[in-house]
Amino acid sequence: MIQYKFIKRETESLASHFIVPVLSIVLALLFGWIFLWLYGINPAETYLRMWQGAFGSSYAISETLVKAIPLMLLGLGLSMAFRMKLWNIGAEGQLYMGAFAASGIALFYGDLPSLVLLPVMGLAAFVAGGIWGLVPGAMRAYWDVNETITTLMLNYVAISFVESFIFGPWKDPASMGFPLSPRFSPQAYLPSIGDSRVHIGLLVALLVAVLLYFLLNYTKWGYEIKVIGESHASARYTGINVTRNILLVMLISGGIAGLAGMIEVSGITHRLQQGISPGYGFTAIIVAWLARLNPFAIIMVAFLFGALLVGGFGLQIFGLPFSTVQMLEGAVLFFLLGGEIFTKYHLQRSGKEGQ
Amino acid sequence: MSFEAIVALLAATVVAGTAILYAASGELLAERSGIMNLGVEGMMLVGAVLGFIFTVRTGNHWYGMAAAMAGGGGMAAIHAFLTITLRSNQVVCGLALTIFGTGLSGFLGKSYQGTPISDPFRAIHIPGLADIPVLGRIFFQQDALVYLSIVIAVLMWLVLYHSRWGLSIRSVGQNPAAADAVGISVSRVRYFCTIVGGILAGMGGAYLSLAYAPSWQENMTSGRGWIAVALVIFALWNPMRAILGSYLFGGVEALTFRMQTAGVNISTFYLAMMPYLLTILVLVIVTIRMRSEAGAPAALTLPYHREER
Repeated sequence: MIQYKFIKRETESLASHFIVPVLSIVLALLFGWIFLWLYGINPAETYLRMWQGAFGSSYAISETLVKAIPLMLLGLGLSMAFRMKLWNIGAEGQLYMGAFAASGIALFYGDLPSLVLLPVMGLAAFVAGGIWGLVPGAMRAYWDVNETITTLMLNYVAISFVESFIFGPWKDPASMGFPLSPRFSPQAYLPSIGDSRVHIGLLVALLVAVLLYFLLNYTKWGYEIKVIGESHASARYTGINVTRNILLVMLISGGIAGLAGMIEVSGITHRLQQGISPGYGFTAIIVAWLARLNPFAIIMVAFLFGALLVGGFGLQIFGLPFSTVQMLEGAVLFFLLGGEIFTKYHLQRSGKEGQ
Repeated sequence: MSFEAIVALLAATVVAGTAILYAASGELLAERSGIMNLGVEGMMLVGAVLGFIFTVRTGNHWYGMAAAMAGGGGMAAIHAFLTITLRSNQVVCGLALTIFGTGLSGFLGKSYQGTPISDPFRAIHIPGLADIPVLGRIFFQQDALVYLSIVIAVLMWLVLYHSRWGLSIRSVGQNPAAADAVGISVSRVRYFCTIVGGILAGMGGAYLSLAYAPSWQENMTSGRGWIAVALVIFALWNPMRAILGSYLFGGVEALTFRMQTAGVNISTFYLAMMPYLLTILVLVIVTIRMRSEAGAPAALTLPYHREER
């Protein structure tokens, strides 16, 4: 019987850093093709519609960008935590808390001039999202409580918390029963770029990417984060304060997610409402991982997944559920994970009995 | 609250805890062998939707249950292949499973939302035992799946602690190199435990759609899969404690539901947060009391390959 064995490569294969992610997207689309076909749905037509929905017109492209902006920010925030092997999967809740805090400022101090109001909203959102990340971060840092579960649980808490306001005290009397806050004053609107819906949140995301790149590659702190990511124990041994770094990274990771929340309410919805995020916090996990936590790659991958989201919304008009997109997202991640072994190993035929 | 109401509440507690008990038992088994599977939520959803669809189509809830088991087991097999054979990161792979399962279940269940079901699981009064005062109401007037869940958890405890099989499973999770040295196939044990774990998660999901709710709604597990993962830590990887923990969460769910219908003057939104806050609280208490992860299988989340040990 012919058997195969994984043999460790001498050095990591650099080509596969690029090939594996691209191939995983292709394979996921192929999987989707077969799945749709088995289900009796015309795959070519479906993909064509998704493509047109995402790139078919200048409006489509601007929508793709609009959806990509929160993914960029969330992906960047998550990448910091992931680098330290902190599994923050609470970006969704951190986004909601940021949106909540920014909305509070906009609703109660809406008559301030934009130049004051917007930064204050951003700061409030960063703090609120940051606290939502810091709490599970502190539990992890001081008591070693599993942060995967706590961050995820806090998603549900945050969403319920926000709903308690938009169904309750912050409900717009003119909303005819819909769970919406009143519309913000125009000073609280994030300026848009040209006459599209794309807003300057895009620039914020790009700025964060540059900052993060610089921080990770050219500062002592960035180096510490990398060392901690390799091994908490050896980081402690070399005198790095792991506890402090966990707190800081969870604060910033949550804070950036909070900022994404502010950017959504201030740039797009102009009010706090239910479902401000179609699961951005989870999609961003895939974005960060697919980009191998590289800040600039995150920007590009986020654009791609923005397109997938917009294309997916387009499918709903034709009766296909939005969950089709989630399924494809999950498949991308499967193929990516499956392919990652080839960056570190290669397959070798072994005649003798293997494992 | 009258005595009668308390008994009714406790009976509802058992029902509400059952889905979590299935899922937690499954995750516990997988983790005992060293595989953490954070895809429980996704596997439960796939189980719930397949169980529902097959019950609607065939009119027999046992066919539905079989489909749910196949679905949960199939999903877990993906996890097993990626993490055991291809040595992927278990955390990320579990997340992928949850995202994929959420999408897949939403897709498959789209046209079944709001469909009535002709053959849900119904309560079976166990002759004799059902007539015991109080306890009979709580434990012996339930549906078949409640009984089965307890049997499975107890059986798992027996196997894990009092059989050679259990010893193999625990040693694979504790020290795979040593297990390998005495001739146990590490990957075979891990595949087995992960897939059985998925089958149980699928059953937990089907319990929701075939007995608890009986209906299908997108995302109907609403975090129960994650609660089950937390519960395994709470249970210190012991199935008997998992029974206790599941009913604790079932109790909170049943209680908040009662409070909502009784019109207690607490916002429903705050009541809805309770299970999640409780999960965090329980996790913190257990972790602090146990000082780090005592009781956790030592090789949890670590891939094993012979030539690199």
